[in-house]
Amino acid sequence: MAQSQAWGDKRFEVMMGRLLRFGVIFAAAWVLAGGIHYLTQSGAAKPDYKAFHGEPGGLRYPRKIIREAIRLDARGLIQLGLLLLIATPVARVAFSVIGFALEKDWMYVGITLIVLALLVYSLSSS
Amino acid sequence: MSTFEFTILIAIGSLVAGMIGALTGLGGGVVIVPLLTLAFGVDIRYAIGASLVSVIATSSGAAAAYLKEGFSNMRVGMFLEIATTIGAITGAYLAASTPTSAIAIIFGVVLLYSAYSANKPPKDLLTDEPPDRYATLLKFDGSYPADGGEKSYRVRHVPAGFGLMYVAGVLSGLLGIGSGAVKVLAMDQAMRIPFKVSTTTSNFMIGVTAAASAGIYLHRGYIDPGIAMPVMLGVLAGALIGARILPGAKVRTLRLVFSVVIAALAFQMIFKGVKGSF
Repeated sequence: MAQSQAWGDKRFEVMMGRLLRFGVIFAAAWVLAGGIHYLTQSGAAKPDYKAFHGEPGGLRYPRKIIREAIRLDARGLIQLGLLLLIATPVARVAFSVIGFALEKDWMYVGITLIVLALLVYSLSSS
Repeated sequence: MSTFEFTILIAIGSLVAGMIGALTGLGGGVVIVPLLTLAFGVDIRYAIGASLVSVIATSSGAAAAYLKEGFSNMRVGMFLEIATTIGAITGAYLAASTPTSAIAIIFGVVLLYSAYSANKPPKDLLTDEPPDRYATLLKFDGSYPADGGEKSYRVRHVPAGFGLMYVAGVLSGLLGIGSGAVKVLAMDQAMRIPFKVSTTTSNFMIGVTAAASAGIYLHRGYIDPGIAMPVMLGVLAGALIGARILPGAKVRTLRLVFSVVIAALAFQMIFKGVKGSF
């Protein structure tokens, strides 16, 4: 195994790590901002989580969550932050496709694309 | 109790869970569901949704630290991700048709196993057997920096590891946990990967696995922003604090104490599940 490949691998991985950390910090800050908005608005209400009702449609699908967030709905804003968080590992897998392609490892480009397809399926299916 | 107090209390509980989870290596996710259901009376479906989100946060948050050490094996991780993501999607679908009391019982059993396995000292089962056919084909064999240069290792029993990873994925999707204990079982015990490599590789996999079931949970309306917000922020902050104080901590005693707590929670989940009060 060539030394250069191992080095390329590692440099790419460090970059991935930074990307993930940035994604998480950004998502957490977003959720915190949405959370403060949410508590100032409905902090005095009584919480009701004993029985399961399920979220309204506007908080279930990526496109609708974005719409809720644009109207500055507090719960929609938090949900968008959570969606960003869910997207960070997906982004990492997507970037790994590029990493393996740069190494010309086509078998692993294929394997990574399968994982990516499964993730996209899960996020877009209903 | 108002929403404000409820949110703050959950955030504090999650912070403690995340901190102890990081210190003991058990992960904060395992106690989030018992905490929310048993202490706060939250429906187990909301609890699982919030726990999944916190699992992604800690996995991605810790990845930066792990990746700098350069021990993870991306090829092993990515290949096994096929098994865990299919498992996670299966588990998330199963969650809809499984009675909540059955989920509580399975959860309790998995908790007991996690508490048990965390107290076994890690031991590398390296072998001199000839290379595994699949491992060679998939370019799994690698090396990692150890004292005195690079240490190389060979990966064994790929089909068994792949099968166990599917199980880990199903449990993750069904229960909203990282399934770290089962992933370690697959990589350390079955595939004979050195634990320094398997721990970091499994951390990367936990986030991807959780993301695979999170999508389905989101569509099903299990992820509630009001609960997931304090849980995610609390666990993440706790995990970061835990990682920072880890070097000076008396981990063995803490792990033992935490395991006893987990076992107690496990019995309570099983008991309430059997009684059908979930």
